[in-house]
Amino acid sequence: MNSFSKWLKSGQPWIWLNAGAVTISLLMVIGLVLLIAVRGLAYFWPADVMLADYLYKGETSRVLGEITDSEDVNLERLRDSGFDIESEQEHLIRYLVKTGNRDVSGADFRVILKPMLKDVSYPPDVMVVERREWGNFYGFLKAVKKDGEIIAEGEEAQNIFQQRLDAALDVFEQISTIRKHDIGAINYNMERLRLRERRLELDGDTDPARQAEIIKDKKALDEEYKLLQAKLATLTKKIQRDSLVMETVDGKRVEINMGKVVHAYFPNAMSVLDKLGFYFTKLWEFVSDEPREANTEGGIFPAIFGTVMMVLLMAILVTPFGVVAAVYLREYAKQGLVIRLIRIAVNNLAGVPSIVYGIFGLGFFVYFLGGNIDALFFPEAAPAPVFGTPGILWSSLTLALLTLPVVIVATEEGLSRIPRSIREGSLALGATKAETLWRTVLPMASPAMMTGLILAVARAAGEVAPLMLVGVVKLAPSLPLDANFPFLHMERKFMHLGFHIYDVGFQSPNVEAARPLVYATSLLLIIVIVLLNLFAIRIRNRLRENYRMLEN
Amino acid sequence: MSTANTDLRLQWRQIKDRLARYIVAVGGIGVIMAIVLIFVYLLYIVMPLFSSASIEEVAEYPLPEQSGKTLYLAMEEQAEIAIRVTDQGQVQFLQTTTGKPLKTIQLPLPKDSTITSFAEGAAESAVLAVGLSNGQALVFKHHFEVSFPNNKRELTPVIEYPLGEEALLLDWGRHPLQTLAVQVDEETATLVTITDDQRLMLTSLSKEESIMEDEASWSEAETTVIAQTHKDISFILLDKNQRNLYLANAAGELSFYDVSDKSEPLLVQHIFLLEGHNKLRSLQLLAGDISLLAGDAQGTVTQWFPVQDEEGRRILRRIRAFSDFNHPLTVIAPEHTRKGFLAVDESGVAGLFHTTSENTLLLKRITDRPILKAAMAPRANAMLLQDAQRLYFYTIDNEHPEVSMKALWGKVWYESYPEPDYIWQSSSASNDFEPKLSLVPISYGTIKAAFYAMLFAIPLAVMGAIFTAQFMSPKMRKLVKPSIEVMEALPTVILGFLAGLWLAPFMEANLPGIFSILLIMPMGLLLFAYFWQQLPDRIRHSVPDGWEAALLIPVVIGLVYFCVAMSPILEDSFFGGDMPGWLRNEMGINYDQRNSLVVGLAMGFAVIPTIFSIAEDAIFAVPKHLVQGSLALGATPWQTMIRVVLLTASPGIFSAIMIGMGRAVGETMIVLMATGNTPVMDFSIFEGMRTLSANIAVEMPESEVNSTHYRVLFLAAVVLFAFTFIFNTAAEVVRQRLRERYSNL
Repeated sequence: MNSFSKWLKSGQPWIWLNAGAVTISLLMVIGLVLLIAVRGLAYFWPADVMLADYLYKGETSRVLGEITDSEDVNLERLRDSGFDIESEQEHLIRYLVKTGNRDVSGADFRVILKPMLKDVSYPPDVMVVERREWGNFYGFLKAVKKDGEIIAEGEEAQNIFQQRLDAALDVFEQISTIRKHDIGAINYNMERLRLRERRLELDGDTDPARQAEIIKDKKALDEEYKLLQAKLATLTKKIQRDSLVMETVDGKRVEINMGKVVHAYFPNAMSVLDKLGFYFTKLWEFVSDEPREANTEGGIFPAIFGTVMMVLLMAILVTPFGVVAAVYLREYAKQGLVIRLIRIAVNNLAGVPSIVYGIFGLGFFVYFLGGNIDALFFPEAAPAPVFGTPGILWSSLTLALLTLPVVIVATEEGLSRIPRSIREGSLALGATKAETLWRTVLPMASPAMMTGLILAVARAAGEVAPLMLVGVVKLAPSLPLDANFPFLHMERKFMHLGFHIYDVGFQSPNVEAARPLVYATSLLLIIVIVLLNLFAIRIRNRLRENYRMLEN
Repeated sequence: MSTANTDLRLQWRQIKDRLARYIVAVGGIGVIMAIVLIFVYLLYIVMPLFSSASIEEVAEYPLPEQSGKTLYLAMEEQAEIAIRVTDQGQVQFLQTTTGKPLKTIQLPLPKDSTITSFAEGAAESAVLAVGLSNGQALVFKHHFEVSFPNNKRELTPVIEYPLGEEALLLDWGRHPLQTLAVQVDEETATLVTITDDQRLMLTSLSKEESIMEDEASWSEAETTVIAQTHKDISFILLDKNQRNLYLANAAGELSFYDVSDKSEPLLVQHIFLLEGHNKLRSLQLLAGDISLLAGDAQGTVTQWFPVQDEEGRRILRRIRAFSDFNHPLTVIAPEHTRKGFLAVDESGVAGLFHTTSENTLLLKRITDRPILKAAMAPRANAMLLQDAQRLYFYTIDNEHPEVSMKALWGKVWYESYPEPDYIWQSSSASNDFEPKLSLVPISYGTIKAAFYAMLFAIPLAVMGAIFTAQFMSPKMRKLVKPSIEVMEALPTVILGFLAGLWLAPFMEANLPGIFSILLIMPMGLLLFAYFWQQLPDRIRHSVPDGWEAALLIPVVIGLVYFCVAMSPILEDSFFGGDMPGWLRNEMGINYDQRNSLVVGLAMGFAVIPTIFSIAEDAIFAVPKHLVQGSLALGATPWQTMIRVVLLTASPGIFSAIMIGMGRAVGETMIVLMATGNTPVMDFSIFEGMRTLSANIAVEMPESEVNSTHYRVLFLAAVVLFAFTFIFNTAAEVVRQRLRERYSNL
């Protein structure tokens, strides 16, 4: 006991407690990343599908689905949540089973108590059909139909469906290319023609030659459109030819059109290697595909694209302005009280909440600047706004403003570290101040600028709150960069990974089904941010290497 | 030749130099201006909130000749045409800007009858009624047909008779109707009248669908005699829902009837609105028909509305008063959609007021004669006043009357609330909704969220910084510092998502476990440390100094696992198997799944790296000779830490905490996702909150540009800006001082 109180007095316990604080902080970071990684990556794994009898309230029903979550729950709480059960045990395992078949049963998930499950098996002929609508389908493949006629049944159907599906997917690809790309372009050009016509009308220009030209162009587009429509019709007919006949676990027959199928597979019959292959296919689909079903399924390519593009635009905007401001503050301005106050103000701005920038962006950029730009340059589009509505340009501008202090502070720091001797040497050799700056000072400060830019990019990529006000949307119909003139559409709204997380996780009607996808998106966002950081750090290191000799 | 060339080049270089100087100066100043612009722009948007109203005279003209006394004065939506009803039964339409009569319609009064009383229904229905000397009443309404001949908007005034062109017989005894009130809506119509022999009668009609006719027709009028009064009632008011009836006489004696059941009116309350020898001059319902405005002979306007008392009865209470006039009031004209009103007095002064904000927006003398009638335009952008001879038409600029310092920061007694309170409720479906714009609950929520976050973050971050800077081996420090700092780049949207969808349900399921971690973690760590100390030296020395933190990794994991695993057992034995339920039922503490505890943890997590990083730098920068001196004098490492290092670095740590606080105050996504976003004022750790930032994020997209709501949200941004500005400036100032101190050492 004596030794214990002596030990207490020695202050050692405090040191250990401090050590504990570090450990806890560290474990929280690691735990968080692991949690996201495990849940996010598990999303793509084709889990085994369980078939079992479920006895509840004296009735037996059959369950077919994936176990997505299990929880040890107190009996009392179970009763509170509506379960009517008797049990000697005080705790029961509660499963959340993804049973799919939303169109048949009305819900994607079932909550099931483990002790009530009987005859659990994993039959190899269970098929999972991933559909474009209504979520997954779990059941047994009975037949493959063509034009309403059964062409294969049972065993044979299992062999033939993949080939049919591949053909259908091929056609689907063609259809979506026509829809998105060709018809999209026609619609875009039509709109442009309409705006041109309206513009001429507003300007009072009645030159018949121009009018005729517009009419001619319109006609050409119409022709093209009709052609595509015809092509689309044949393709649609083709894709609707085949269908799968499936049976649910309750013995209900359901026909699924091939055109609605994304994947169909037998998870219980797949080997680990097969599953791995499937896993990577799904992973690739996730980063390269369009979203489906209100973003809760499919890929997130537009969100990745939007995030990267917005960050790039922001970087292009913020770098010159930040650097010029820093150079002015450090090299040209007379150092005095005013500059010191400005410096404190700039430092202070780095701590201003991002939502304040968001509200400023909405009020000033979108409503004030955008509204005036519309009135001056796009009267033909009225009453629809062009720039007077949130968009990617305003988003990047807002974030540029938000990250400006970061770049200024970092660049100034870099400039202040450059020894006087270098500047004086350059000036003594007859260089002007501008030349000194351009040839020696700025290149040497470039690693510092890069650091500022890294921090700016890292902050901008993860920022969501201001974007919610100035340009991000749940679902953007088209990317801000495409094949239609003028290619870069700065006025368009865009999708963003961070907002995608918020939206799908909190605003979607089917949160339970979408949750794994949100984990996957979170993981991706973390990876994107870390990659951007690493990329920039590499550039910085290389630059630092290049100028190290000079610094010595 | 070559010298000329060199000269030219030199000149060109000098021009370039000067050019660069200007470009950089312009660019630099421009960027700084842009930053300043943010603040200026925020203020520019906010400023109009606090400006008071202004009026401008447009025209003044004499009343139309020989038309009798004015009973009623009003304007149509655009305030282009005025409507005047006279006691001779004329309805005149005048151009407001010139006074030019556009049209005059004579009401179809029955023969040998004269107008003895007048009533107006709800402003939006434009229903009016005249009571006649033969016990009849004629109900009519005005409206304007819009047409576009030659692409120009043209208004044609029309008079309609919603209950038929024939006057309705209210009193079978055919006594003159002395006072009258009317309300007509889609379904029902109610008229209340007092005859000259002091009988109070209520007449109601309802629309009946008939199979034979296409249009629904009104039922037979049913009249009930409510009471025989002897009080010389001069004011009758009926609300637009035809439920509450107020009768008052000139002495201010008011009877409040519940007439929900037309055949059985109920006297709810009988009170005096005035004290002493005062006279009631005007009694009006405020927009929404909940509040009563009473103007008296001493120049005071009082607001009254029914409030539930302890026994659940609705009792009229005096809410607030405006005593800005020095002369007896003549007319009160409420705005049509907002809770503001116009009041005029006998000396010719007009005033604009708003009840919720208790704002006296304007007081101005219009004429030297008493103003007898006043009308407020439906959009509250113009007013028409009348004295004995002339009409005065003014435009009003009064965009944001509902905002005042008191409305934003003080307790306000809102309509239908039992007592004054701080409420944020900015919008609702109904048109005449009273906006509740108190910034107190959301500022409170902001501070509450930041408080719980700091409660969690400060100990972990500061203690972690102490160990990392002073006791950790350099090798491990190189590993630990960046990985904690990586957290800073972690998007808060991810933290918010995890907090809302993973942590909140997890916590609800394992609440006892979470709380036991608080207790068990430090004790477990200490116990482990003690036993480690007791181990034989051989084992102890196998872990070098400064690696204690690594040693603790399995201990922390084990303790957390133990606590979570123990949670169901604790819950079963102490809390009946359901701790949130136990809190709710046994303790009476409301438990939200997304509560302050969740926010505190998630946001604490977000600010730990900020505090850690700056505090660690500050502690690490304490000159080494100080530490070595202290150790050499025989102090233990911990004594050195507390007495020397921490003392020297304390300003740096303070500055770190301030910056962390600033970040917690402004954080948006975590609070948005991890709380229920209800603007409650409760410090309970188990309830949520709404913060300034989340409030902006939620409400801004739906806000109409330049509306009061829009500007108040900007004001919220300014408040947020001010909060963070205070914290950041404090940090900056302290850091500057710290720098000076170090340079002295």
